[in-house]
Amino acid sequence: MTEETERRNHTLVVTVENKAGVLARVASLFARRAFNIKSLAVAPIDDEDLSRITIVVDGASAPLEQVVNQLNKLINVVHIQDLQPGHAVERELMLVTVTVEPDHRDDIVEKLDRAGGKVMSVGIDAMMLSLVGTPDRIDVFEEFLRPYGILDLQRTGRVALANLDEPID
Amino acid sequence: MKLDGGQALIRSLELEGVEVMFGLPGGAILPVYDPIIDSSIRHILVRHEQGAGHMAEGYAHATGRPGVAMVTSGPAATNIVTPLCDAYLDSVPMVVITGQVPTGAIGTDAFQECDTTGMTSGITKHNFLVTDAQDIPRTIKEAFHIATTGRPGPVLVDIPKDIVDPNNPNSAMEWFDNVEMDLPGYHPDTSVEPAAIQAAVALMQAAERPVLYVGGGILKARAAEALRELAELTGFHVVTTLMARGAFPDSHELCLGMPGMHGNFTAVTAMQESDLLIALGSRFDDRITGRLDGFAVDAKIIHVDIDPAELGKVRRPDVAIQGDCRVAIEAMVELLRVQGVGESDRQAWRSRISGWQERFPLTYDPSVPGEALKPQFVIEKLRDATPDDTIVASGVGQHQMWASQYWKFDHPYTWINSGGLGTMGFSIPAAIGAKVGCPDKTVWAIDGDGCFQMTAQELVTATVENIPIKVALLNNSYLGMVRQWQDMFYDERHSEVFLSKDVPDYKGWAEAMGCFALRVDDPDEVENAIAQANEVNDRPVVIDFRTEAREKVYPMVASGTTNSDLLVHPSQEDQPR
Repeated sequence: MTEETERRNHTLVVTVENKAGVLARVASLFARRAFNIKSLAVAPIDDEDLSRITIVVDGASAPLEQVVNQLNKLINVVHIQDLQPGHAVERELMLVTVTVEPDHRDDIVEKLDRAGGKVMSVGIDAMMLSLVGTPDRIDVFEEFLRPYGILDLQRTGRVALANLDEPID
Repeated sequence: MKLDGGQALIRSLELEGVEVMFGLPGGAILPVYDPIIDSSIRHILVRHEQGAGHMAEGYAHATGRPGVAMVTSGPAATNIVTPLCDAYLDSVPMVVITGQVPTGAIGTDAFQECDTTGMTSGITKHNFLVTDAQDIPRTIKEAFHIATTGRPGPVLVDIPKDIVDPNNPNSAMEWFDNVEMDLPGYHPDTSVEPAAIQAAVALMQAAERPVLYVGGGILKARAAEALRELAELTGFHVVTTLMARGAFPDSHELCLGMPGMHGNFTAVTAMQESDLLIALGSRFDDRITGRLDGFAVDAKIIHVDIDPAELGKVRRPDVAIQGDCRVAIEAMVELLRVQGVGESDRQAWRSRISGWQERFPLTYDPSVPGEALKPQFVIEKLRDATPDDTIVASGVGQHQMWASQYWKFDHPYTWINSGGLGTMGFSIPAAIGAKVGCPDKTVWAIDGDGCFQMTAQELVTATVENIPIKVALLNNSYLGMVRQWQDMFYDERHSEVFLSKDVPDYKGWAEAMGCFALRVDDPDEVENAIAQANEVNDRPVVIDFRTEAREKVYPMVASGTTNSDLLVHPSQEDQPR
């Protein structure tokens, strides 16, 4: 992801009431107003009445302020946080199954180790790997694997939290 | 106290102060209709669910209180979608209750099942699917709170049959007198930022060509009096959008009337040439701005709106004031009284405005005896023969624009129409709702023949329920506004717009529905017909006015052009602008 697209993409962390149909309301708001969603991740949080939706919005599809204002009008939306690029810890999980010839195995496992990933499952001529990282590091790793032959791939979409005082990442 | 869900629903409505509701029963909502027999709430049985929705809207427009409609599941819910969308776009407070199939049948494609909350989530301020009888009182309380606070709007409550059915154990619930709302994400803020008021006042003091651009929000905020104070204190001219007609008296010397696509020359041009637009509860709708990049290019913008999403949505304001219009205007007035309205010389501006008013009044060719009536003439005669607080509800099309142009609105809440959605068939049910809310006022529906044929059957409701509205049918036998566009932009190729002047027989149809009815062909008969209509107060009245089909609404800003390219009446084309 180039620096420019990263600037254009905004990460919104939307805290919503944990009720049926809320995700549909949020998603259909985006569809209705022609705002583009780049990535979406949803899960309950520690307070069981609430869920958190992490949305990466393509800022070129609409002014971010309008996206936030329209989201705020949804009655079930409790809080919206706009995480500026560089001011948040952002992570994504990738599960990938890749074809592995015997003489490529060491190369892949070494790269995976360095990236902090894990081998999840091994077959006769394929391996399933997992990697947690920033979306762009996962992009890089995905590109590295591609020539070997990706059989299956699933990414979670981005989750994010605002930095504490001292960013380590 | 033990109640069943249906009893709890009706009791909750009573506690919200509901006096009247509009609806039509059916299978899924049947259990809720039973306790209505014992309730203080007046129920008006409509002939089509769309009528129920527009009646609730008309009631809300006229009274300021939320309108309530109740219908069954499936096709009844789909029939009330149009009023919901209409109320959403015009910010009308309304609560609609729909029946739903029993909770166990939801998702099975059961008889008359439809995903009502899914279907309406984009056109309601909020909606609820209640799945537990115990949640009914809280949900109703939340629905009314959401519908009537902040930017008002429609709220839908979908109720599965089993939780209101006394014969089903699912409907058993414990009634408590005090229920607490649980809306952690809803905090409408009416207060205004003092610094923003100060910044707005500074722009107002410096302005040489200011215009108060007033929208429907001013009525929702009950701010008409405050507006008048602001206008008189500053001497600034006022334009009232289609949704705001009546918010400032047309007879006031500072009133310029309606701007926009069919606004009058002075209102459109004053906005276009202004150096400061003070937008109060108005939203820079495309029908107002014309082509956006050419709209009021020299104007600074002060924008007051209760809905933060409106601020900057279309035009970036120089001063944005989020909050209640009345609170904001009162704060402006207070500050202007202390600081004065500024030394700017606005004399030249006033002269230009009065010059435009002199050269470009609203005009039309006179009605000629022996020829079809001019619709504008009919509206003027109607206006002159009715009390000045008469409520006018219009349909959508040419007659709506003429009504807004040629009526003189001197009181707020006397003009009811479908602005945002442009819903044909709005006027008759809306007029019925308004008359129910304001039984002592005269209520006229000004309708077109295309609109009339969409919802005229509600006149049966009006007759049977003793709601004596009056309908002025401007019958030109065409879908008039569409024909006007075909005349102007499609080389007069009239594709599928001719309705027929005599089929149906409107007089006969109206009489069959229990109305007093007249047909008028001659200009000389107009006054007499209106006088006769005014004498009838025990049933609805319909006058079929046979009007000229070639007549066009002027002025007009054609789609895709700017407000500077306003087309005026042919007789005014040579006037210097």
